[in-house]
Amino acid sequence: MDVNAPVKPNLAVRIVAWGAIAFLMAPIPIIILVSFSSAQYLTFPPPGFSLQWYERFLGSNEWVQSIWVSLQVAVFSAVLTMVLATMAAIPMVRGEFSKKSIVYAVLLAPMIIPVIITAIALYFVFTKVGLNGTVLAITIGHTIVVLPIAFVVLSSTLQGLDPRLEKAAISLGASPFVAFYKITLPLLMPGILSAGLFSFLTSFDELIIPLFLGGPTTQTLAVRIWNSVVMEIEPTISAVSVFLIGMTIVVMVLAGFMKRAFRWTGSGGPQQENSHA
Amino acid sequence: MSQSARNLACADIGRTESKAHAFRRFRMSSLWLLVPALGFLALFFAYPLTAIVLRSFEGADASMTLEHYEAFFSLPIYMRILWQTIEISLMTTVLCVLVGYPLAYVMANSSPMVRNVMLLMVMLPFMTSVLVRTYGWMVILRPTGLLNHVAELAGLPHFDLLYNRSGMLIGLVYTMVPYVVLTLFSVMRGIDGRLVSVAHSLGAGAWSAFWRVYFPLSLPGVAGASLLVFILSSGFYITPRLMGGDRDQLLASIIAYQVDVLLNFEFASAIAVILLVITLICFGIYARLVGLKQLLTSRT
Repeated sequence: MDVNAPVKPNLAVRIVAWGAIAFLMAPIPIIILVSFSSAQYLTFPPPGFSLQWYERFLGSNEWVQSIWVSLQVAVFSAVLTMVLATMAAIPMVRGEFSKKSIVYAVLLAPMIIPVIITAIALYFVFTKVGLNGTVLAITIGHTIVVLPIAFVVLSSTLQGLDPRLEKAAISLGASPFVAFYKITLPLLMPGILSAGLFSFLTSFDELIIPLFLGGPTTQTLAVRIWNSVVMEIEPTISAVSVFLIGMTIVVMVLAGFMKRAFRWTGSGGPQQENSHA
Repeated sequence: MSQSARNLACADIGRTESKAHAFRRFRMSSLWLLVPALGFLALFFAYPLTAIVLRSFEGADASMTLEHYEAFFSLPIYMRILWQTIEISLMTTVLCVLVGYPLAYVMANSSPMVRNVMLLMVMLPFMTSVLVRTYGWMVILRPTGLLNHVAELAGLPHFDLLYNRSGMLIGLVYTMVPYVVLTLFSVMRGIDGRLVSVAHSLGAGAWSAFWRVYFPLSLPGVAGASLLVFILSSGFYITPRLMGGDRDQLLASIIAYQVDVLLNFEFASAIAVILLVITLICFGIYARLVGLKQLLTSRT
């Protein structure tokens, strides 16, 4: 049923909408343009083309070091999140128990509570046990922040799976564990992987947790960007930014592939379509 | 379906029944799967938050006191920041709906191709680091930035849109609009457009068909999106700190300042608790009014 057919937005509304799109997209081409500038300072229009800011970014030990820190944190917290969120999503989608909505609220709370509160709360606790400044501390913080997002992705994937597939396997003699392992888990894999991808990206970009929980040797890329933007707006940041925009595009493309793979498994196409919004 | 399958299984005898039992047992016992996530949240989220609440009542000699809250509510500067946070968050919410509604409306009512292009152009900035996008706006809005360069060429007066309240609003609205668009889009996709054509065939003009049929149907989305934006912007740190002026700081900046610079952890905890209470009240309204299921579809 195409429920949308009869509504036709008029020209004025369409212009406003594309204006909003332009507003949303605006910073991205500007950053890319500035990153190739040959000027020594930020000027408009850039006088010529140069790769100097990329050389300065990738030729600097500090910047490369912080990419490494960010990568460690993002990979560890994405893996941890994938395990925790997959396990939690199964009873939340399939199970029936009282107080379910309270568990929902608890699982989603880190998404709603300002990250700055989570960050200083963890900072106080980690100060007592001497964990501040370690990759582990930032990883734990990011797992908290990212868990609700992964849980949302996984719940919507699981909602699209037909539980009868698992039931059929069980009635044909498989143990519940084997049925889950052989039937549900493979079907869930694209969802798990795209949850992992989004967790990775969110962790890589997140600033406030490492700002409070990181130390001098564990400055993530986001913290280093922050420190240099707070002091002055230098063009090296534009090269770093293009690197991050590129990574976002790669993650979105990979997540798109996951979604298509999901469709090929033949279950719940339409549900997945909706969960995109 | 599961009910009838179970009835069928129970009506059967022997082997099938034991399978049905195994299945039910698996489902019951699958509650343990929640333990790792909830345990992790208890240890690294609930416990630290509880500690912060306790700390906000802690006096100099570890006694219970209300002095930090009294200080907050008696000093005009903190009251000003509290009202400013609420005021700015409200302004952000209204502006976001004004910008996001037409976009979501066009997106929901376009051909699949146009819709996908628009969705992609909403998602790309949305998924990109907030820090990167804020930097982009600073490049555009700064005194010698792109906007003022263009304004100069066009003979327009100089724009002063960074490091003040306007700059902060631009940054906040910019960051929050995608949440509004995605929330409204998912609600609008579910609106039956035939209702609008019925209104037309009954003699309503385009304007009244929209305001009297379509808009009321989209109101749950507007409510959900507004609450979400208000919650997120009232606790936002990065963009206000980078694009706002020193006088326009919000609660989050003050918390960071108390921790980072003044090392006044007890007072910082008290402000954090005040922000937490505001957030939880809004979250409670959201859960009652919109339902948490909506939150499941508004992200990603």
